[in-house]
Amino acid sequence: MIELLRAVFVAPFADMVGNPTFLVEVLIGGIAAGLMYSLVALGFVLIFKASGVFNFAQGVMVLFAALTLVGLMEKGAPVPVALGLTVIVMIALAFAIERVVLRPLVNQEHIILFMATIGLNFFLEGFGEMAWGANVKKLDVGIPDTSFLVRGVQINRLELTAALTAAALVTVLAVFFQRTKIGRALRAVADDHEAALSVGIPLKTIWVVVWSVAGLVAIVAGVMWGAKSGVQFSLSLIALKALPVLILGGFTSVPGAIVGGLIIGVGEKLGEVYWGPLVGGAIENWFAYVLALAFLLIRPQGLFGEKIIERV
Amino acid sequence: MMATALGTPAGGASGPALLSVEDVTVRFGAVAALSGVSVDVHRGEIVAIIGPNGAGKTTLLNVISGFYHPRSGRILFQGRDRTHLKPFDVAALGIARTFQNVALFKGMSVLDNIMTGRLLKMRGSFLLEAVYWGPARRQELEHRAAVERVIDFLEIQAIRKTPAGRLPYGLQKRVELARALAAEPHLLLLDEPMAGMNVEEKEDMSRFILDVHDEFGTTIVLIEHDMSVVMDISDRVVVLDYGRKIADGPPEIVRKDQVVMDAYLGVAHD
Amino acid sequence: MIYRETGQFKTSYASDQAIFPIVQDRVFVLLVVAAAFVVPPLVASEYWLQAVLIPLLVYALAALGLNLLTGYAGQVSLGTGGFMAVGAYSAFKLSTAFPQVNVILVFLLSGVLAALVGLVFGMPSLRIKGFYLAVATLAAQFFLLWLFNKMPWFVNYSSSGTITAPTRTLFGVTVSGPQATAGARYLVAIGLVTIFALVAKNLVRGRVGRAWMAIRDRDIAAEIIGVRPMRTKLLAFAISSFYCGVAGAELVFLYLGSAETLAFDINLSFLVLFMVIIGGLGSVLGSFLGAAFIVLVPIFLTNVPHLIGLPLPVALQKQIELMVFGALIIFFLIVEPNGLARLWQVSKEKLRLWPFPH
Repeated sequence: MIELLRAVFVAPFADMVGNPTFLVEVLIGGIAAGLMYSLVALGFVLIFKASGVFNFAQGVMVLFAALTLVGLMEKGAPVPVALGLTVIVMIALAFAIERVVLRPLVNQEHIILFMATIGLNFFLEGFGEMAWGANVKKLDVGIPDTSFLVRGVQINRLELTAALTAAALVTVLAVFFQRTKIGRALRAVADDHEAALSVGIPLKTIWVVVWSVAGLVAIVAGVMWGAKSGVQFSLSLIALKALPVLILGGFTSVPGAIVGGLIIGVGEKLGEVYWGPLVGGAIENWFAYVLALAFLLIRPQGLFGEKIIERV
Repeated sequence: MMATALGTPAGGASGPALLSVEDVTVRFGAVAALSGVSVDVHRGEIVAIIGPNGAGKTTLLNVISGFYHPRSGRILFQGRDRTHLKPFDVAALGIARTFQNVALFKGMSVLDNIMTGRLLKMRGSFLLEAVYWGPARRQELEHRAAVERVIDFLEIQAIRKTPAGRLPYGLQKRVELARALAAEPHLLLLDEPMAGMNVEEKEDMSRFILDVHDEFGTTIVLIEHDMSVVMDISDRVVVLDYGRKIADGPPEIVRKDQVVMDAYLGVAHD
Repeated sequence: MIYRETGQFKTSYASDQAIFPIVQDRVFVLLVVAAAFVVPPLVASEYWLQAVLIPLLVYALAALGLNLLTGYAGQVSLGTGGFMAVGAYSAFKLSTAFPQVNVILVFLLSGVLAALVGLVFGMPSLRIKGFYLAVATLAAQFFLLWLFNKMPWFVNYSSSGTITAPTRTLFGVTVSGPQATAGARYLVAIGLVTIFALVAKNLVRGRVGRAWMAIRDRDIAAEIIGVRPMRTKLLAFAISSFYCGVAGAELVFLYLGSAETLAFDINLSFLVLFMVIIGGLGSVLGSFLGAAFIVLVPIFLTNVPHLIGLPLPVALQKQIELMVFGALIIFFLIVEPNGLARLWQVSKEKLRLWPFPH
């Protein structure tokens, strides 16, 4: 019994202190993974903030963006051209989604829209695989997957780039929402579709804009993830991981997506490395969800979410 | 069967208060929805709560229902302190209500909606219900009979099997009243039972409310905007403004009260 | 007019509350059920029984369970696969540890164990709603599967990591294990699902069902009129998980014969959710229709191209399947959110009036 308590509550911390450089590397790995989760979560937040739709298909959009990019590059297009074409494809996708899925379901309950995006998820998964093939692809964006040393700590170039990109993207988006007119319109739409319509906000345009931006975020996320682990179908599972991030950070907060991502990323890595061996490893499968669950029990609206005041 | 649970028939205040709201304050953050409000309701009374929009009328009903809990003050029901009860416990005491935005269960038929009003009276083992046999079946049929009496009373037989979401607004309000009545309450809280109705519908609804009061002696508290209705059916009127009580008395007196008129006409005051 | 129903007036509440108040409906359904018991074991081929009918019944039971939780009680759950796994692994452990125990009893006990697990994972629903709850159920899904993967005890330390249905008999007939005929397994499946469907119908038309639907439609108002949210939601989780647990046990014992955790992963949760959405949320019949649909579409996609002379490679088939599922979900949500069950109801009403338009 004492052994067990020692193993859980003492030994891991002793490990951490005993090898600080390793700890820093694990932390950095966690931060990097966390920022990548945040990128995906960001797409969710954008769409939810602007249309109140919980886009389950965000993960698959990341995958789809990455697949399109890689597919075009494999056909010989140089990187900038491929990127440009992918952007066009994602915008076209946004138009299509608005027309086929969102418009007919205007003002339905959120749960219905959520389930529609699950359907969308499966559709895009099948379509992507059909269009570009099912094997794993290598995505090379010109950033080497090598590490360099800073004071004895290994830092991976690719992860660093991803982290910086995510940080930049988040800042831009946060400013966009808070300061601009369009940002305000988006927030109005998220609150109440019909009310927004009635004050003249062009719902269709807003939705296309938002889903396009989410598509662009998906491209960035897809590029980063794809460069790191290759473009393959497990990428859409990342979407599921983004859900705990959203729970922690709140569904409508851009900074929340970052903080949530970091907490999940770091938590997961620490858990896996220091506590994982105690139970046979692979804690990463469920750790994020259980962490989110624990959080929800204490604060049902997440760290940054707005407190829901129920009215009767 | 229905009359026995509900106190003395015929209106008029009598004896100690059935419901006592004592100096209740309810805040949402910095906003005081109710400030130091005290109201007594006696058994058998019909009390109307009126006031401009945002005065805190629905909040008062919500705090009586146990949906909100006051920052300070007490709520006594049948002489006992009920301030911090949860809503389903408050319902179990015999307090039923209707809601401002008709809160019917849209996915169920009218009959099923009204049957939910009987839920508190249903004791059940889900295992017996699973086989729909014996005591479970008998209980279901007994409650069906009770609900049918309410349906007769409110004259909604024709729409029993209609899904509640498909009814016109006026009928929805009547079904909501039926659901509240099915619980055989001691105290009935009605939140704008006649909102959005035309003159005929209002007359029907007033008639039903008075019938409920006369036949079963139910104590009724209602929020209402239509002054003629208030004058007609209430024994006493309580006026709220900006979360405070500004008048409390028989209708003829209250309607001539200068403070009340100022509040409605929007004359500035502290 | 297909049949006339005039002249049937109910003279008692009891007859009005019956599941099939109209005599023709009652007769029709009884005939269909009787036929379903008798005809397939005699007439259907091994292929049809094994590839279509048995999985249909197993999935229908799972869909019924999820429908009770999500369709009637309004609690979204993505953990169905996890709960089915609990049922399957429990059945395996119980059956191998106590081989003399009747296999039906084993199924029921596995259901109870799944119900207990469901209770535990259902507790967050008291604080959390909607999508948040869906994510919380994902915790159940991933954790449970990890648990079954990691602890070799669950697979009786077998090196392959799979659980295999042992040979068990019922009334002298082998119903599970390699010697069991498809016909025998079919009969067990249909027997169980018929009973459980009847139970579900009884629950939803009574006190429990009304409490669930009240919570689903307007949980705050429900609480104010006296519904106890905690008990109601936990009961929903428990009963739903029971059904899913039994379905999980059936999946291994009556359909697959052996399985590993992969069979119960998140895709299964989605699959059952699709059955419930397409079949109709809040409908017992819908659970069956949805299961039938999901089982038949891949069969259709496998066989039709052959028939019209256009064989499709397997991978392409799978992709088209995914696309068709996804498109159909969206289609149903737009056109008829109440699914096939509602379409069936609407067609019946149209048939009553035909040839008149209304």
